[in-house]
Amino acid sequence: MHEVGIAYQAVETAIEYAKKAGATKITLIRLRIGAAAGVVPEALEFAYEAVTRGNMAEGSRLEYEIVPVTCYCKNCGIEFQPKGFVYECPKCQEPSWDVRTGKELDLMSVEAI
Amino acid sequence: MSDVRKIIAVEQAVLAKNEKMAEANRAEFSAKGIFVVNVLSSPGSGKTELLANTLERLKGRVQSAVIVGDLATDNDAQRMRGHGAPVVQVTTDGLCHLEANMVKAAFDELGVAGLGLLIIENVGNLVCPSSHDLGEHARVVMLSVTEGEDKPMKYPVIFKTANLVLVSKIDIAEAIGFDRDLAMANIRAVAPQAQILEVSARTGQGMDAWLDWLIESHGLA
Repeated sequence: MHEVGIAYQAVETAIEYAKKAGATKITLIRLRIGAAAGVVPEALEFAYEAVTRGNMAEGSRLEYEIVPVTCYCKNCGIEFQPKGFVYECPKCQEPSWDVRTGKELDLMSVEAI
Repeated sequence: MSDVRKIIAVEQAVLAKNEKMAEANRAEFSAKGIFVVNVLSSPGSGKTELLANTLERLKGRVQSAVIVGDLATDNDAQRMRGHGAPVVQVTTDGLCHLEANMVKAAFDELGVAGLGLLIIENVGNLVCPSSHDLGEHARVVMLSVTEGEDKPMKYPVIFKTANLVLVSKIDIAEAIGFDRDLAMANIRAVAPQAQILEVSARTGQGMDAWLDWLIESHGLA
């Protein structure tokens, strides 16, 4: 359940930015989560409610975009989106560890009033 | 008009603070010539036993130290003391992983001169520690033969971050019907980047290769 810590950090940073912008209430926090970031979105949503209670993000919505995993195959010189967690090139079946996207865990933007 | 909705762009990593601290740690370790390895596994895979044995074998070769993380108790630190290396216990009070600032505080507490190797025994957990960089140079993910050959398939994220996968307790592999070929194939499928070594702290099998890896990897610092 490290999602609690992740939600806490996201909300803390969002509050910091919202205050700096002169806002008093956060209405929406937008994240970008890589499919291989090791974060369970449902657990994050659950934690989000808990960590926003009693602060300026209370009652706000959490929105996230899932970034698919993209790998690069050096043999074939192509990028591909693997199915599952074995990152096998669809052309040559060689496993790849050159992961180009899918590990993101970013706070993109905050909506506030 | 105070009720105007603002969209504030942030675009930074959620764990930016930890990542910054981890980078600072790594820079400090490298500047001091200390090779730092983060050891991760499930609870009960034999991290502490293996590391106590490792420290004994490193005596007189490399000045080593250990930072050990647990949710509670300092039992693991006690088990690893007396092998010529200082050990600092970090008790996370329920937190499921170590973070870079905890490692920094523990490292400062160690205060050892001439340190060549720092081993971080992370909290026993194959999920949460994967997202938290501590400032290490290499990650070792351990898997004991009793955990099942498909463990890498179940916890792929952490295995994908490994520089080395240690298969432990191989002295009992045969007795429990461990399918070695299947386990190796699974590790290679999920973690093609990782080197694989098989060890038994009890019989000493594979310990030389593990020690060589630790000493040779020092160049990564």
